[in-house]
Amino acid sequence: MSARSPLGEIAVRKPGAQRMGFFTDTTVCIGCKACEVACKQWNDLPADGSEFRKGGSYDHTGTLSAATWRHVRFVEALAPSPALQREAEAALARGIGGNVPNIPAAGGMPSVEALGGAGGGVAEHEMVDLVGIAETEAQPQMDRWLFMSDVCKHCTNAGCLDACPTGALVRTEFETVILQPDVCNGCGYCIPSCPFGVIDRDPYDGRAAKCTLCYDRLEDGLEPACAKACPTDSIQFGPYDELVETAKGRVVALHEKGIETAYLYGAGDAPEQQIAGNLGAFFLLTEPPERFGLPAQADSPIQENAPVATATGLAAAALAVAGTVASMLIAHRRARR
Amino acid sequence: MVWIQGSGMAEAHPVGFRWVMKAKERGAKIIHVDPHYSRTSALADLYAPIRAGSDIAFLGGLIHHIIETDAYFKDYVVNYTNAATIVNEEFKDTEDLEGYFSGYDPETGTYDRSSWMYEGGEVASAAGQREHSTQAFSDRTGAGMMMGNVESDETLQHPRCVFQLLKKHYARYTPEMVEQVCGIPRETFLEIADTLIANSGRERTGMLVYAVGWTQHSTGVQMIRGGAIVQLLLGNVGRPGGGVMAMRGHASIQGSSDIPTLYELLPGYLPMPRAREGEVTLQDYVDRGGSARGWWANFDKYIVSLCKAWFGDNATPENDFGFPWLPKISGNHSHFTTMMRAMDGGLDGLFVMGQNPAVGSQHSGLQRRALGHLKWLVVRDLADLETARFWKDSQEVKGGEIRTEDIQTEVFLMPAAGHVEKEGHFTNTQRLLQWRDKALDPPGDARSELHFMHHLAKRVLAHYAGSTDDKDWPLRNLHWDYSEHGQHAEPNAEDVLREINGYEVATGRHLSGFTELEADGTTACGCWIYSGCFADGVNQTRRRNPGNLDDPEGGWVSPEWAWAWPANRRILYNRASADPDGKPWSERKKYVWWDEEEGKWTGYDVPDFPAPKRPDYKAADDAVGMDAISGDDPFMMMADGRAWLYSPSGLLDGPMPTHYEPFESPVDNLLYPKVPANPAALVWDRNDNPLNPPRDPRYPVVASTFRLTEHHTAGPMSRNLPWLAELQPEMFAEIDPMLAAKRGIEDGGWMCIVTERAEIEARAKVTHRVRPLEIAGRTVHQISLPWHWGSHTTSEQGVTGDTTNDLIALSGDPNVSIEDKAFSCNVRAGRRHNSSTARLAHAVDNELKLSGDHGAEEPEKAGQRGDSQHPPELEDE
Repeated sequence: MSARSPLGEIAVRKPGAQRMGFFTDTTVCIGCKACEVACKQWNDLPADGSEFRKGGSYDHTGTLSAATWRHVRFVEALAPSPALQREAEAALARGIGGNVPNIPAAGGMPSVEALGGAGGGVAEHEMVDLVGIAETEAQPQMDRWLFMSDVCKHCTNAGCLDACPTGALVRTEFETVILQPDVCNGCGYCIPSCPFGVIDRDPYDGRAAKCTLCYDRLEDGLEPACAKACPTDSIQFGPYDELVETAKGRVVALHEKGIETAYLYGAGDAPEQQIAGNLGAFFLLTEPPERFGLPAQADSPIQENAPVATATGLAAAALAVAGTVASMLIAHRRARR
Repeated sequence: MVWIQGSGMAEAHPVGFRWVMKAKERGAKIIHVDPHYSRTSALADLYAPIRAGSDIAFLGGLIHHIIETDAYFKDYVVNYTNAATIVNEEFKDTEDLEGYFSGYDPETGTYDRSSWMYEGGEVASAAGQREHSTQAFSDRTGAGMMMGNVESDETLQHPRCVFQLLKKHYARYTPEMVEQVCGIPRETFLEIADTLIANSGRERTGMLVYAVGWTQHSTGVQMIRGGAIVQLLLGNVGRPGGGVMAMRGHASIQGSSDIPTLYELLPGYLPMPRAREGEVTLQDYVDRGGSARGWWANFDKYIVSLCKAWFGDNATPENDFGFPWLPKISGNHSHFTTMMRAMDGGLDGLFVMGQNPAVGSQHSGLQRRALGHLKWLVVRDLADLETARFWKDSQEVKGGEIRTEDIQTEVFLMPAAGHVEKEGHFTNTQRLLQWRDKALDPPGDARSELHFMHHLAKRVLAHYAGSTDDKDWPLRNLHWDYSEHGQHAEPNAEDVLREINGYEVATGRHLSGFTELEADGTTACGCWIYSGCFADGVNQTRRRNPGNLDDPEGGWVSPEWAWAWPANRRILYNRASADPDGKPWSERKKYVWWDEEEGKWTGYDVPDFPAPKRPDYKAADDAVGMDAISGDDPFMMMADGRAWLYSPSGLLDGPMPTHYEPFESPVDNLLYPKVPANPAALVWDRNDNPLNPPRDPRYPVVASTFRLTEHHTAGPMSRNLPWLAELQPEMFAEIDPMLAAKRGIEDGGWMCIVTERAEIEARAKVTHRVRPLEIAGRTVHQISLPWHWGSHTTSEQGVTGDTTNDLIALSGDPNVSIEDKAFSCNVRAGRRHNSSTARLAHAVDNELKLSGDHGAEEPEKAGQRGDSQHPPELEDE
């Protein structure tokens, strides 16, 4: 039993295997979505529909789902004008927007609900009224257009795995988290237990599905399809510890270039600040995490609530804690389909 | 530094953009100047929005600024360009003639270019004649130019030297003017100019990237010239990290001009012979195309070897190697004129391969109608597409303007193999030939293009085998012996590449390169610039050895990765990477240099210069061929060995780029008020090709088009694929919030875009990425339109939408007949009520106007058009 699986999770062990992960560097992402397509192609996932989204920038697929395991977010960030500043302050006063310093982004402000549907959905009432602003104020300036390829985080403290009553979700020898469809009974407990809103149920057969970090490719010594397809190496794949070192070096390099807002999300944190015990798939960001639909803090519900318990009991506890969010989330997804 | 203008490189070339991002990570500055804030702009360090079609004003501004601030690379400019050359006394600039150069004939809308020549230089005889859109090849290279008496002033002070002409021509292209014309704030302009300058000179270089955002204008060729002039002033040509990178429209477009699908060229940029007196015999052709001075003195070797490749043993000195039987051109046979000829009933049949003109070509409503006037149409593609279905469910058929039962065209849709289902090479923008093997068999009846053409040729040749008609000589004597393999008798693509490489006729030995070619019929070569790609009988294009990339001594050049034309040379004119004495300009930018001990040029790349020619070699005044090129004249393809800041010949619309407005522009030409649009550009003034009048208040909005990463060109390769279709499901228009507010257009809602040709509907993407521009004191709104949608998809999960090209008129740059894709329009909220091109129904003249001399091939010139009356003043939008 490894130190990284304290809760009795089901894990595959193979001699010589080591933790593998993704380092997604948003500063070199060009928003091409090759990862999204390569993922669907390799994993034989269907196009699960999209809609032309108001305020959606170039993101029409909206969110990670049972059939979208990589998803590219687009954030159109405006330089704050007085009107936008006021909107931002009001948003903050309403308690949405987290610690975003100069919201809103034209692509929509993240909120609790939006975070629940992480990866993307933004409720219409949260959107900035661009036309309204244009009618009343001087033109705000486009400041930055940000792209970020989102994916399952393969958490050290994996909420989904902790909640799974059947053992369908397991930790692999690469310390990634995968779901075995033939074991999944479709209970859906994993869904509210993911603090990132990653895992989802297939609308056709009811079973849960998410990124496997291309477990089948890893077993054959191949890199995951998304990383292979990424033209600018925004998605890097490799042994986890090496990736973290690479990423830390990248942050230092960006700081030296004057990009002082660069930081790692989900890796290299002190223990008390770790996100879900550190993420197997972590990110280099230059904006607050909420901008990308990521929570500033997150952990497996079990980690937060029960130091020791049986897996089944823990799943129930997790469900209780996260029940409200879950129903909101599911409703939100239904609304989108 | 990477300066991207007229290209959405990250959007349209995401894989190539990998290297831009790598450069950025290593500290390179990325600049993007574009009407559309795209993914490329988002990744750039510096982005400037520009009014579509105003790029020459911007480039002229750069030239002005570089000259005014004395920031040009003096040693490079004086020694390697024609800056010092003195121009004919007869030459008059647009500054003297209010927007025209000397030699303009308003009757024909063309220039007599004889006054543009160097003083003492003899004009190639073609100059001054009425040209169609094809210019004499001799023009482009200065072939036939006698340089003996040409004078120069290396102090650059002579009032008629090129440098002073340039200075005068661009004197009014100030940062203030740039701001007024382009809408780029002067601080932004100066920041860009200074970044370019900071990345030039001995120690540094910068590269320019352009694409169809520059070519597709009525001044397209001159825009690219403008970019080239800036690069030459900064010393950024022939040097590592420099150059002008032409991003191509799709895979192997470079290859399709090298071994051309263009009507006016033969392989290797040899001109297509013309049906014109004095150009009919091989000797005529060589006399006019060959150059007394410089590399083109080898012209005869290339054409004779080409004829040997095509006609084999039947090409003999006695029959001029079969040259007399090559097809001859008699005018402008470009895409647009051909389709208008079809429209007028003058074309029986058409092969459309790898193209979807019903969506992807300008004025696509007219293109679709023209297809209905053919007797037969062969379309080869991966999937059923709009061009093959124009008769069934096009906008016009759905709208009832055209009835299926009235269309007599017989349409053959042939399934094509995808790129992984066939072998062959692509030539990329770097002139790199990269071979790829077949990965799997094509499905069903799908076949490669090579298979199709090979077996079509075999049937045609068999059909004419017994003909005694002299015009069938080429068919009876064609050398066609490609081997076949497999159950479908697939021809061997390597056989074709071997022929392209060339061989010794007597022995069949593969040639090592074009220097082995002869004009006596002892060598055959399908494309002289590609000669060497199969040297030693080895497919050099199949090599995949990157070499030691970490070797500081040029490891990054990777000469054994595939094969680059010419002669596996990675940077053209690389002799310019060394100073006139043959030493690298700097250690940092070392590339090719003169090795005194060895007595030859050497370096990281294959030197683009005769290896033993000493840098201090001085050509005698009466020297001919390569002997006329001095040791410090790197641009050896030009008759004077110099890069041209000023084009004494070659271009039909001026020796220096000049700002003209697009044909359809809502603003005046601030620089030359009397000449709104390019006076030499082509206009087809027909009822079915109506133009928005300039400054018409009904069309106050500027529009341009762009590509999305998620879709590919006219859509059959992406709209039918659910994985791609879901990423960009609907046709949309990007519009700024202020214009949206004025028109009551909602984000995500429907809107219409209107021109004289069409009205299309799109979803509105209201975004601050698009911003209104301040142009000469008023606000001008721009919209940006992707152009990937059409009316048909083969998949339930595929997507359809209105076609942007329905909006755009046919017009032509005078040099290459390409259209103006910056145009005016209007927008409104809501959906369209009729079919998109319903307004064209009344304009179409269905009477056949057939004659031997088809009118469509004689486009009018802009200057001939009579619409001089000004419409009422435009309101501030």
